[in-house]
Amino acid sequence: MSEVTVSEAGPRGMVTIRGDLGEIGRIVAGIAGTAVPATGRVESAGARAFAWMSPDEALLMLPPDELAEVLGALNAALAEHHALAVDVSDARVIFRLNGPGWRDVLARLTPADLRPAAFGAGVFRRTRLAQVAAAFWLPEAQVAELLCFRSVGDYVRDLLENAAAAGPIGPRPD
Amino acid sequence: MSSRLSHGGRFTNPSKRLEFRFNGKRLQGVEGDTLASALLANGQMLVGRSFKYHRPRGIVASGPEEPNALVNLGAGARFEPNQRATTTELFDGLVARSQNHWPSLEFDVGVINARLSRFLPAGFYYKMFIHPRPLWKHLYEPFIRQSAGLGQAPKEPDADGYEHLYAHVDVLVVGGGIAGLQAALAAGRAGAEVLLIEQSPHWGGRAPVDGVMIDGEEAGDWVNDALQALGKMTNVTLRDRCMGAGIYDHGYVLCYERLTDHDPDAEGPRHRLWRVRTGRVVTATGAIERPLSFAGNDLPGVMLASAVRDYIVNYGVSPGDRTVLVTNNDDAYRTALAVHEAGLTVSGIVDARAAPEGPLVQAAQEAGIAIHAGRAVAKVKGMRRVTGVALSAQAGEGAVLAEIPCDVVAMSGGWSPVVHLWSHAGGKLIWDDASAAFRPDAARAPTGADGAGFVIASGCANGAFEASAVLADAFEAGARAAAEVGATGDPGKAATAEAPEEEPLQPVWMMPEGASAALRRKAWLDYQNDVKVSDVELAAREGFESVEHTKRYTTLGMATDQGKLSNINGLAVLSQALGEDIPNVGTTTFRPPYTPISMGAIGGEARGELFQPLRRTPIHGWHEAHGAHWEPVGHWRRPYCFPRDGESVADAVTREIRQTRDSLGLLDASTLGKILVQGPDAGRFLDMLYTNMMSSLKPGRCRYGLMCSENGFLIDDGVVARLSDDAFLCHTTTGGADRIHGHMEEWLQTEWWDWKVWTVNLTEQYAQIAVVGPNARKALEKLGGMDVSAEALSFMGWAEGELGGIPARVFRISFSGELSFEIAVPAGRGLEFWERLLEAGAEFGVMPYGTEALHVMRAEKGFIMIGDETDGTVIPQDLGLHWAISKKKDDFLGKRAQERSHMTDPARWRLVGLETVDGSVLPDGAYAVAEGLNATGQRNVQGRVTSTYYSPTLDRGIAMGLVLNGPDRIGEVIAFPTIGGAPVAARIVNPVFYDPDGEKQNV
Repeated sequence: MSEVTVSEAGPRGMVTIRGDLGEIGRIVAGIAGTAVPATGRVESAGARAFAWMSPDEALLMLPPDELAEVLGALNAALAEHHALAVDVSDARVIFRLNGPGWRDVLARLTPADLRPAAFGAGVFRRTRLAQVAAAFWLPEAQVAELLCFRSVGDYVRDLLENAAAAGPIGPRPD
Repeated sequence: MSSRLSHGGRFTNPSKRLEFRFNGKRLQGVEGDTLASALLANGQMLVGRSFKYHRPRGIVASGPEEPNALVNLGAGARFEPNQRATTTELFDGLVARSQNHWPSLEFDVGVINARLSRFLPAGFYYKMFIHPRPLWKHLYEPFIRQSAGLGQAPKEPDADGYEHLYAHVDVLVVGGGIAGLQAALAAGRAGAEVLLIEQSPHWGGRAPVDGVMIDGEEAGDWVNDALQALGKMTNVTLRDRCMGAGIYDHGYVLCYERLTDHDPDAEGPRHRLWRVRTGRVVTATGAIERPLSFAGNDLPGVMLASAVRDYIVNYGVSPGDRTVLVTNNDDAYRTALAVHEAGLTVSGIVDARAAPEGPLVQAAQEAGIAIHAGRAVAKVKGMRRVTGVALSAQAGEGAVLAEIPCDVVAMSGGWSPVVHLWSHAGGKLIWDDASAAFRPDAARAPTGADGAGFVIASGCANGAFEASAVLADAFEAGARAAAEVGATGDPGKAATAEAPEEEPLQPVWMMPEGASAALRRKAWLDYQNDVKVSDVELAAREGFESVEHTKRYTTLGMATDQGKLSNINGLAVLSQALGEDIPNVGTTTFRPPYTPISMGAIGGEARGELFQPLRRTPIHGWHEAHGAHWEPVGHWRRPYCFPRDGESVADAVTREIRQTRDSLGLLDASTLGKILVQGPDAGRFLDMLYTNMMSSLKPGRCRYGLMCSENGFLIDDGVVARLSDDAFLCHTTTGGADRIHGHMEEWLQTEWWDWKVWTVNLTEQYAQIAVVGPNARKALEKLGGMDVSAEALSFMGWAEGELGGIPARVFRISFSGELSFEIAVPAGRGLEFWERLLEAGAEFGVMPYGTEALHVMRAEKGFIMIGDETDGTVIPQDLGLHWAISKKKDDFLGKRAQERSHMTDPARWRLVGLETVDGSVLPDGAYAVAEGLNATGQRNVQGRVTSTYYSPTLDRGIAMGLVLNGPDRIGEVIAFPTIGGAPVAARIVNPVFYDPDGEKQNV
């Protein structure tokens, strides 16, 4: 009955970057091959994505086999700056919601505004899902990706499956 | 007797019969009935007993304001008490029982209270049971608890599911009557995103019942047109069976949607709690009719006038053959006309006003109904139900002038706007003399973050009662709300209505005006909590001038209906008794929810497995599969020990310790906090955070450090590893990981914002495994890949490399006193690494050990544990940790605090080891007593136990404790009294029980 499937995305290389994004954003973007994300947004190019996390934190997502090289390049390029880049690929898990009902699933769990005007392609939303921290974005049409900490991965999967099983909110039943 | 009419019923479908049970009796209703209308159709006027006097009570209302018709609904896992029959939609197979009666509804023993009612006035319990004090706890309270409460508590876990739903809209319209529809039309046409909710399953509110004409058509037709128009707007969402429960700050509104209450076998969640953020709220919540306060107004058969016509018009149910209407206003005449049109008898209209003559009055006259102007109901006749009314002059004390036999008394004291939602977030009210009611004061609306009002009241809820005024007001509200959230479209124009003109009402707070004391003692204000006019007057006489105090003293409005019918009448009576104007007395506070909402809806998805997030380490599944006995640590669950078949928990702990000390043990230490601190100022930063010097640590080395709060108290400890010149990895306690990371960020962001330091919490990036025991090195060498010899990796050193092909950071640190390596690997490979270690360690009999073995082994070594030896009042000096407090540093957090006189007081209790003389284990937390008594007559104490265990290594009880002058009293024996046993004698010893020279760990 559900019009949404919940699945775990495969392994993903993830790098946490801390620094003044105004200062180092272009350096990171140059290495990542993306644009610099504005506040609350994500820029992607192919399988790589560069997401704004806070005024002094960003997250780079990329295929796992590209991680070592990119991290090395980042550390070299950022050496002259007050900045930090560190591998956090194992600290988080990523889930995918696939299907037109993704908004109904998320709306049961997050206080974030999911209306198209507030949350569409290119937005990277840090918020919570029920009782834990999470972030999500729309890498493709009708697909939402959600990041949460690894330790609560089972909890988040259960949450998503439970919310998806409840079906569409639907129009007013007559 | 109430009964089903052969015709009528806007909501009902007589061709579809539904079977239900009430108190075990099989009864029939029809589709569209509420439980209340179905009960009335079956002649069941008596539905419950009142709370205090066990008076017989019948259905009074037709909506959520109903105080009496509360039932225990359902059975087993679907049992729910205190459900209002008037808002419970009937379904086939419904089971309900009446409440608060014993042994039966018809014959109730508690009714004896009613005979004693003269002796059970307001405040009776307070006055009666306050002395003698000890009797309260043991006698009075258990007895009162036994007799209190209406419904029963459910006994089984709830079978249904619930959910929350977050929604963001521009305009939320609460109430689907003509006002709400008109407001939603205006806001929707203007282009705002609108959510319109209606608590009942029916749109249109009262207008169709009251025969209003809108834009030239019948109200019901206009409502259908409006719904169609709204349904076509993609920016408008409509939800029925969805109640506005509460309005909070910042446009936050809780709405309560009952999805399957009317169809319990349907799929999906039963209730949905909408958590709405909205730019503006339009409250179109209508009004509630007020009862009149006359003697016997609580007898079954006395109903609100509006309810009487609702049952006739909406449900095709006659509340009784002969109705007497008693009123102070024109609107109630609609009931007389409805009763008349249904072919039933109106035995008379009792109007408190001297000369009523509006169009509705004339219509009643033309219908041949007798109108008794200037008259009052002196009292209602009947025992278990109405048999008639005695009339008197409204002006007098109640001398009976005439009696009219009847079955139903339909009463109306005017209408009170439903101002609850308006008031929840701070909206203020003004008193409207014309309608004798409180209504929202638009100048003092609940304000949002920008200081502007975010709630707009409309229609009857705003005190606009006449249909045309309702529509104009609601249109204005909807258009304004849309404009204020930036919608620029054309809201269209307001619909217009035709309805007979109404003359002003006459406020009537007591009937008759000068009712005698005997009558006032029988005139009910609050049906559910049995509060009468005489009770409120007594409260006033006893000095309860504040309406809030009177409420609590009398319990007026404190029942599950929260005084929807009683509050205004009650405070009017209070104001009269105090000789004050009503607005000066004011109302009690309106608090959410508007009507009770289910606990399930509040909990939402958070039940069972989802009740609370459980944090799992990468090795959690293995622990689970291998029979871990769990211990909650923060949101984690860690193995306490791993009992084997038939083994006790204590035996398992002993086995794990012996194995680890003798050969090899493994601990999943993944939950320890791991915070990366990096930047040119990282060393300086850590020197401020830790009491010891961290900046002098060499890359490749580790150091144990202590963290204190600004007040000097120990807050966390752990090993710091220097990764490079400008990077440190700080290990924290399991519970401290997030807290200490926040602590670091707070100092960096608020005080030392110009220091060049970044922190990242890497706790979950790594699985961390402690490989412990004399054979630890051998096991790692079997995996291969790194030189872990004593020469290459000395005690308190760390190295990076690969072990068995898995990237690893190896810290040679020991919390057990044994040769020990703590190894961090990427979390994704944690389980693999754990299994490789088990394989490699097999020849050494490797065993996993849990937190209890960890605790015992650290205690054998005299290592402190945050949370055991510390409790927020302990400084490092108390624990003999002077060696970890730098004397060279100018400053660190806690330094100055630790120099305060109390902190340097030599009488502070200090850490020692404790050995019981008989070898037994001291009780945890036990206090050592000293001579004499303190100022409050308690025994003096001189120390307490902070950690206590059976040590398998030493085969005796060992403990640590804080003791007055402890370290100077080594060898002395002190006594620890136990609960219900003889005191235990314990010798003060050095806290390091095992391998004091560290020979075992340093190999």
